[in-house]
Amino acid sequence: MRFIQNNLFGFLLLWGFLFFGLQATSPTLAAEDNLTTHIGTMAAANFTALSKQIEALAATGDPRVVPILEALAKGRLFFRKSDKKVVFATKVKRRYKLSDPLSGDTLGEVKKSKVKKIRVNNKLRRQIRTVLGGLTLLSPDPKVRLKAAEAIFKSGDATALPALEAAIVQELDTDIRAVLRQARAVAVLKSDRPDEDKKAALTILEARGDRDALSVVTAVARTSTGDLKAIADRTVTTIQETLELWNIVQNIWYGLSLGSVLLLAAIGLAITFGVMGVINMAHGEMVMIGAYTTFVVQDIIRTSAPELFDYSLAIALPLAFLVAGGVGVAIERGVIRFLYGRPLETLLATWGVSLVLQQTVRTIFGPTNREVGAPDFMSGAFEIGHLTITYNRLWIIVFSLMVMVALMMLLKYTALGLQMRAVTQNRKMAGAMGIRTNWIDAATFGLGSGLAGIAGVALSQIDNVSPNLGQSYIIDSFMVVVFGGVGNLWGTLVGALTLGIANKFLEPFAGAVLAKVFVLIFIILFIQKRPRGLFALKGRAIES
Amino acid sequence: MEPTSKTAILYLENINVSFDGFKALNDLSLSIRPGEMRAIIGPNGAGKTTMMDVITGKTRPDSGRVLFNDIHNLARMDETDIATLGIGRKFQKPTVFENHTVNDNLLLALSDGRGVWDTLFANVGSREAERIDEILQIIRLSKVQGEYAASLSHGQKQWLEIGMLLAQKPKLLLVDEPVAGMTDSETAETARLLKEISQQHSLVVVEHDMDFVRDLDVDVTVLHEGAAIAEGSLDYVSKSDRVIEVYLGR
Amino acid sequence: MILRLLKNGIDRKSWIFLGVLFAVTFGVSILNLAPTPGSTLHLSSFVVTVLGKYLTYALLALSVDLVWGYCGVLSLGHAAFFTLGGYAMGMHLMREIGPRGVYGHPILPDFMVFLNWQELPWFWLGFDMFWFAALMVILVPGVLAFVFGWFAFRSRVTGVYLSIITQALTFALMLAFFRNDMGFGGNNGLTDFKDILGFNLQSDGTRVGLLIASAVALAIGFLIARAVVTSKFGKVLIAIRDAESRTRFLGYRAENYKLLVWTLSASMAGVAGALYVPQVGIINPSEFSPANSIEVVIYVALGGRGTLVGAALGGVLVNFAKTIFTGAFPEYWLFFLGGLFVVSTLFMPKGIIGVWGHIANKWRAARARNASSTLQANTLKKGD
Repeated sequence: MRFIQNNLFGFLLLWGFLFFGLQATSPTLAAEDNLTTHIGTMAAANFTALSKQIEALAATGDPRVVPILEALAKGRLFFRKSDKKVVFATKVKRRYKLSDPLSGDTLGEVKKSKVKKIRVNNKLRRQIRTVLGGLTLLSPDPKVRLKAAEAIFKSGDATALPALEAAIVQELDTDIRAVLRQARAVAVLKSDRPDEDKKAALTILEARGDRDALSVVTAVARTSTGDLKAIADRTVTTIQETLELWNIVQNIWYGLSLGSVLLLAAIGLAITFGVMGVINMAHGEMVMIGAYTTFVVQDIIRTSAPELFDYSLAIALPLAFLVAGGVGVAIERGVIRFLYGRPLETLLATWGVSLVLQQTVRTIFGPTNREVGAPDFMSGAFEIGHLTITYNRLWIIVFSLMVMVALMMLLKYTALGLQMRAVTQNRKMAGAMGIRTNWIDAATFGLGSGLAGIAGVALSQIDNVSPNLGQSYIIDSFMVVVFGGVGNLWGTLVGALTLGIANKFLEPFAGAVLAKVFVLIFIILFIQKRPRGLFALKGRAIES
Repeated sequence: MEPTSKTAILYLENINVSFDGFKALNDLSLSIRPGEMRAIIGPNGAGKTTMMDVITGKTRPDSGRVLFNDIHNLARMDETDIATLGIGRKFQKPTVFENHTVNDNLLLALSDGRGVWDTLFANVGSREAERIDEILQIIRLSKVQGEYAASLSHGQKQWLEIGMLLAQKPKLLLVDEPVAGMTDSETAETARLLKEISQQHSLVVVEHDMDFVRDLDVDVTVLHEGAAIAEGSLDYVSKSDRVIEVYLGR
Repeated sequence: MILRLLKNGIDRKSWIFLGVLFAVTFGVSILNLAPTPGSTLHLSSFVVTVLGKYLTYALLALSVDLVWGYCGVLSLGHAAFFTLGGYAMGMHLMREIGPRGVYGHPILPDFMVFLNWQELPWFWLGFDMFWFAALMVILVPGVLAFVFGWFAFRSRVTGVYLSIITQALTFALMLAFFRNDMGFGGNNGLTDFKDILGFNLQSDGTRVGLLIASAVALAIGFLIARAVVTSKFGKVLIAIRDAESRTRFLGYRAENYKLLVWTLSASMAGVAGALYVPQVGIINPSEFSPANSIEVVIYVALGGRGTLVGAALGGVLVNFAKTIFTGAFPEYWLFFLGGLFVVSTLFMPKGIIGVWGHIANKWRAARARNASSTLQANTLKKGD
C-alpha cells in the first residue's frame, strides 16, 4: 500500500505541532486550573452568567474548549446533581453514560435523575456558534485554522462573518489568510451585505476558481438580480473556462504520465524491432524480469540492510539491465540468430520463449502479485494550481526521458552505437570492414532487452509485479513503435506521448476501456493509411 | 530532338522522383516509338531502375506524366492496372515463383482473366497447354517444364521470366539487366531471344553490358543523375563528350 | 464447376485424412453409445466432448493454414473470428433457454435481468431462430474480416505489421466484450445453456451428434480449402505468398485474392467457434485473448504449414497434449507449449508432415538401395 501524503499539509502539520507544543507546555498548569474553574461554574449559571462563561472559555483560546461548547450547543453538556461536576452525557437506553469534558475519562453510567442538562437558549446558541468559529479560526494550530476556514468556506455561514473578519486581521500565514478571505467571500455572498461587497467577493472566488467556488457563484447567479447577476454570470464563465483549462492541463499531465510508461515499455523494442527488425514477443517478459529483479533486490535489502532501502532502485537499475540484457543475449544466441530474415518464425519462437519465461517466474515467485516498495523520494505529491502531481509519476517521466537521451547518445557517439548502425544498415559491408556482426547482433539485442529490464524497475513502482506484467505491455509497445515509425527513436518518443495523451483525452468521454479500444482502432486505421508509421523512412532500400 | 507524344507508345514527360532529398530522377523525358527496341544505359545510380519503377507503377513520381499509347497516364495507376494495360516487366534479379513448376509459372502469366472468380473457377485445358508449349519452345525449357522453378539455373530462370513476359502478350516490355550473371553463350542466346521478341513487341532494355548492347544494335539512351544526356545509336552516343565524361571515359 | 473443383482437390492424402477422421469419429461415437456404461469397451462422454472440441480446433487451425500457409498472411487474430462465431451460437443457445433461466424471464437472458435491462438489445433480435444464428456464425466473422481486410490489404500492410494489427484487433474486441454494457454478458460471457434444436445438451446422444457435426464441418472445410488451393486461384495465392510484387506486375490484384481467402478463412473460423461453444458450454471474452490466436498458429506450424492435413493434425495433437498436461502436471504445460514454439520453428520448419515426408523419402531410398544391393548380390551369385 503506497500512501500518498500531501506534502503541503505535512509541512503545515509539522509547524503546527511545534507551535502548539511551545505554547502549550509552559502555561499548562495555570490554564488547567483556569479551565476547570470556568467549566465548574457553568453548572449553576443562569443564561447571563453562562454567556459570560462562554466568553471567558473562548478567551482561553484552548482547543479543548471547542468540544465542550459544541456539546453545550447541542444539549449534551450535563452536570451531576450530587457534586455539580460538569460532564458529557450520552443517552444509553434510560441511563446516561458520563465522561469528563476535559480529560475524556469515562465516569460511569447513571440514572436519568442523577444528572441535569445545562440549558441554553437561541441567543446563547448563536453566541456559541460565533465563538466556536472564532475559536477554531484562532486556534494556535494552523492545520485546525485551515480546516476551520475550509469548513466555513463550504458551509458559507453568514453569521461567521465577524469571526472571519477578526481572524483575517490576526492571521499571519498567507495561505490560510487566502482561504479565510475566500470563506469570507462566500459568507458575504450569503449575507445581506451591500452589492459592492458581494462584487468584491465574486472577484476573490474567481481567483480561487475551483469547483466549490463555481457552485457558490452559480447559486449567486441564480438568485441575484441586475448588476450583480451580470457579474456573477461572467464569473461563472470565467471559472468554467479556468476549470476547462486545468482539465486540459490535467489530461495532458496524465497523458504524459501514461506516455512515459509506454515509452519506457517500447524503448527497448525500438532497438530490437525498430533497429534490428527482430520481432521479440518476449519483450514484455524482459520488462517483467526487470520488475522481479527490483523485487529481489528490495527483499535482500529488507532482510539484511534495511538502511539501504532508499537506494534500492538505484541498485536495482544496473542489475535489472544486466539480468534482462543477459537473458536477451541468451535468447539471441540460442534462438533468434537461427531465424534472421524469417520474421514470422522469429515471432512464434520468441512467443514460445515468453511462455517459458512467464512460467519460470511463476514457478519461482508464485503466481500472485509481489510487492515492490517505493523509496521516500518517490512517495508523496505536490500541487500546482488545481493539479496534483505525484512524485512517482514525475520521476517516471523524468526517468523515461533520461533513458531516451542516454540511448540516443549511445547510438550516436559511442563505437558500439556506430557499429550497431553500420550492421543494421549494411550487414555485409560492416562485416567486410572487420566488424564482428554476430557479436554486434547479440550486443544490440542485449541492449534492447536490458532497456526493457530498466523499464521494469520503473514500472514496478506503478504496476502490479506479477508474471503477467509483461503481457499487458507487449501489444501497447508494438503499437507505439509501429505508430511512431520503425527504426526511428524520435518516432517512438512522439508515438508514445501522442498515444498516451490521446488515451487520456478520450477517457472522459468513453471510459478507460473504450478509450483504449478506440486508440487501438485508430492505430489499426492509421497503419493502413501510413504503413510505415509517423516518421517513415522513404526510399528504395526500404521496399524489401 | 524534342520527343513528340503523337508517335510514341511510351512517353515520359519531365519526371521527378526524390527519396529523402536525393533526386533519383531529374526532369527525365523520354519517348519510345511503337515497335521500337530501345536500350537504356548509364552508370550506377543513374536512375535506370527507378525509371522502370515509375513506368510500372511501383514508384509514384513527384511530378511529371507517363503516357502510354498517348492516352493512359501511368503516373496515376498502380502496378496491376498498368500490367493489365499490356506492360510487362522483367526484374533485375530473376523473380519467378520458385514453389511452382515451370508450367505453372507460365500458366499464371498467360493473358487470361486475372480476377479472383476467373481463377477460382478456371478450367485449364488444351488451349492453355498449347500456348505454354509454344512458349516453352521459344525459351527452350520444354525439357524442364515439370520441375519446380527453384531448381532452375540462373540463366534458365532469366529465360523463364522472359517466357512469362511473352505469355502476358504485352504491348511493351521492360527488361532490366537481362544478362547479368550469365555466361557468354547464354548472353548471346538472350540477345537472339530479345531480337526475336522485338519483332512483335516494343521493348525497353536496361543493361550494363556494352557488348550485349552492341549485339542488340538498337538506339541507346544514356541516363546520368536522373536525366537523359544523349540519345541515338551506340556509336553516336559514344562520341558525345558528355557521355565520355560521365560514363565511357572512365 | 464446383464439383470439378472438389474432384481436382482430392488426392490420396486427402482420402486418408477423411477416412481416418470419420473412422475415429464413428468409432468413438459407437463405443460411447452402444456398450453399457461401466463395461470395458465403453468410452465416457468426456472423451466424446473432448474429441469434438479438438475437431473444432482442427477446423480453426485449417482456416489459419489457408491464409498463412498458402497466402503468407500470418494472422494473430483468428481467435477473434472463432470467438465471434462462438458468440453468435451462444446467443442462440441463450435465447433457447427461454423462461427456464434463474430469473424466469420469458425473453431476457439472466444477465440482462440481473443488469435491470428492460428489453432485448436490437442485435439480439432474430437469434431465437437457429437458421438466423447459423447465418450470423458465418456472416459476422466474414463481414468483420472483409472490412478489416479491405483496409489492410488495399493499403498493402503486410508481414509482421499485419500480424501485429490482427493481434490488436482481437485485443480490442476482448476489451470491448469485457464490458457489461456491450450486451454480451461481460466477464462471465454466455453460459448455462440448456439445449440445442430441442436436444438436451447434457445427453450423450446430443454430444455424439455435436461430435459428428464437428467432424462433418471439418471435412467440408477441408474439401473447400483443398478445392481452393488446388485451383488456379490457389496457384495465384502461392505466387502472392512467395513474390507478391511480381504477381502484381503480372496483372493480378493481390489485395482481392487476399481479401477473398481471408474472408473465407474467417468464416471457417466462425463455424469452428460455433461448434465449440455448445460442446464446452460457455463462451466468454477471454477466448478473444491474443495468446489464443498465437496458440492456433503453433498448431499449424507444428503440423506443417501449407499442408492443410498437417494443420488439422497439429490442432488435435497440441490440444491432446494440453488435456494430458493440464490434468497431470499443470505447472509444466506452458514450458511444454513454449518449447513447442521454439522447437517447431527452429528444427521443424515444415512441421510433422515435413518430417514424416523426409523419413518416408529416406525409407524409400533405403529400400531402393537394399533392393538394388540384393539384386547385385544375386547377380554376383549367379556369376559365381
